[in-house]
Amino acid sequence: MTPAASQPRTLETAASASAETVLAGDSLSFAYADGSPVFSEVSLAIRRREIVCLLGGSGCGKSTLLRTLAGLERPAAGQVAFLGQPCSAPHPRSALVFQQASLLPWLNVADNVRFGLDFRHQPRIAAEARERRVAEAITAVGLAGRERAWPAELSGGQAQRVALARALAREPELLFADEPFSALDAITRAEMQALLVELVHRWHAAVLLVTHDIDEAILVADRILLMGSRPSRIHREWTVDIPHPREADAAAVTALRLSILGALRESTTGA
Amino acid sequence: MAAPLSSASPALGAAQGRPARRRAAGPLLPLAGLLLAALLWALATALMARNTPIAAQFSPQRAFPALAGLLVDPYLWEHVGLSLQRVAVGLACALAIGVPAGILTGISAHFAQASGPLFQFLRMISPLSWMPIAVMALGVGDAPVYFLLAFAAVWPILLNTAAGVAQLDRNWLLLARSLSATRGETILRVVLPGITAHILTGVRLAIGIIWIILVPAEMLGVSAGLGYFILDARDRLAYPDLMAAILLIGFLGYLLDHAARWLHRRWLHRA
Repeated sequence: MTPAASQPRTLETAASASAETVLAGDSLSFAYADGSPVFSEVSLAIRRREIVCLLGGSGCGKSTLLRTLAGLERPAAGQVAFLGQPCSAPHPRSALVFQQASLLPWLNVADNVRFGLDFRHQPRIAAEARERRVAEAITAVGLAGRERAWPAELSGGQAQRVALARALAREPELLFADEPFSALDAITRAEMQALLVELVHRWHAAVLLVTHDIDEAILVADRILLMGSRPSRIHREWTVDIPHPREADAAAVTALRLSILGALRESTTGA
Repeated sequence: MAAPLSSASPALGAAQGRPARRRAAGPLLPLAGLLLAALLWALATALMARNTPIAAQFSPQRAFPALAGLLVDPYLWEHVGLSLQRVAVGLACALAIGVPAGILTGISAHFAQASGPLFQFLRMISPLSWMPIAVMALGVGDAPVYFLLAFAAVWPILLNTAAGVAQLDRNWLLLARSLSATRGETILRVVLPGITAHILTGVRLAIGIIWIILVPAEMLGVSAGLGYFILDARDRLAYPDLMAAILLIGFLGYLLDHAARWLHRRWLHRA
């Protein structure tokens, strides 16, 4: 157990480690329009190919932190650097998956996956390369043959697979995922968690996964950051080096689980 | 749509001893209704003709042969073509004004507040009341008719567009932002397709209104079109032609409404 990731990271250290660091948030603070603080002085870094879980209860500001890191919200203070460059808007090498699949209902599966690849601020790619990416992503999420299906014909799990394919087709350096599986049933969720781990490894992407599900964090993450209550900051950090599939090592999983539960109790009562 | 389903089919279903389905009614009941109306029409004209012989001229026995004669007469189709052209131009003008204004109303709270009472006020003025002013300002001819039709049709399109924008899935907009979409890309690729179903609802209502306004508008200051044809038939004392024109107006309106519904269904089927 390392103490809270409260040692301030400066941008210089983030930049010097840029070969390894995909995303660095430095002393980030965020407040609502009425001035009530959501989080303050949060610093974190995500390395290449690393799956980082931001764990916390409802309303602890973890989604807002994700959106700030993703460039969708402007922080009140602090800076975000993507691949060493200061970044205040969504980066073309990042992709997002939300709790809702948010597929566009007037586009079929393939067109949903293709959506945005041709936008002006996206990297230029040749048409064949684009089609290959789309086909690969659809096959990878197990929806080959459903390219022409309409979103209304898909189950919740299938829709979320399309959303995942849409993100993968952009070959992101970093995938932001905001409780992507919390609307799914338990069985589908377990499938999707395994699929996520497999695919981000295959795509060499890093992931920032926001979740309130301790088990999800344990099963998926290389590193877990625990966020406490408002104004929240990162209270604890665990590095998880249990090999996949983690269900196999029940003892290690249970120990980690107890450790997280204990820290959670401290953060809600003690602080 | 729901009323015939619940009232007509259970009796029929019971008679046939199988589950009630709307399709089971086929075209029989609607045809029976039309036939009954024609019989009542014949009866009424026959009764009236006892005291006012001229009423016989308005009977279905005279109207239908007159209609058959007119349908093969290119003279009539010129009037129909002109009327349909006016519908198309009026609708196009209403779309060109209503959709952008509706989008503006939907995205700008200030514009919505500033324009709300004005729009509700203008909407409640019968478009035909503008006729004298329209003729004075735009001169005799097609222009004032276009103006009246567009003015009548713009409200349902505008209000439905605004409602569509207000009901847009916020996640679609977030998705567009996460893809660094430009303002143009967001409007063309997300907002417009996202509100198309609403616009088509507006178009359907607008076509209904345009078709109703068209005939009286064509009775003033123009020398062709279905409205003109009715007045002309009256002046020629060709009463069977007059009734035939009324039948044709109803039939064409029915077809137009069906076309609009078909368009709407087709889009929603995809959605």
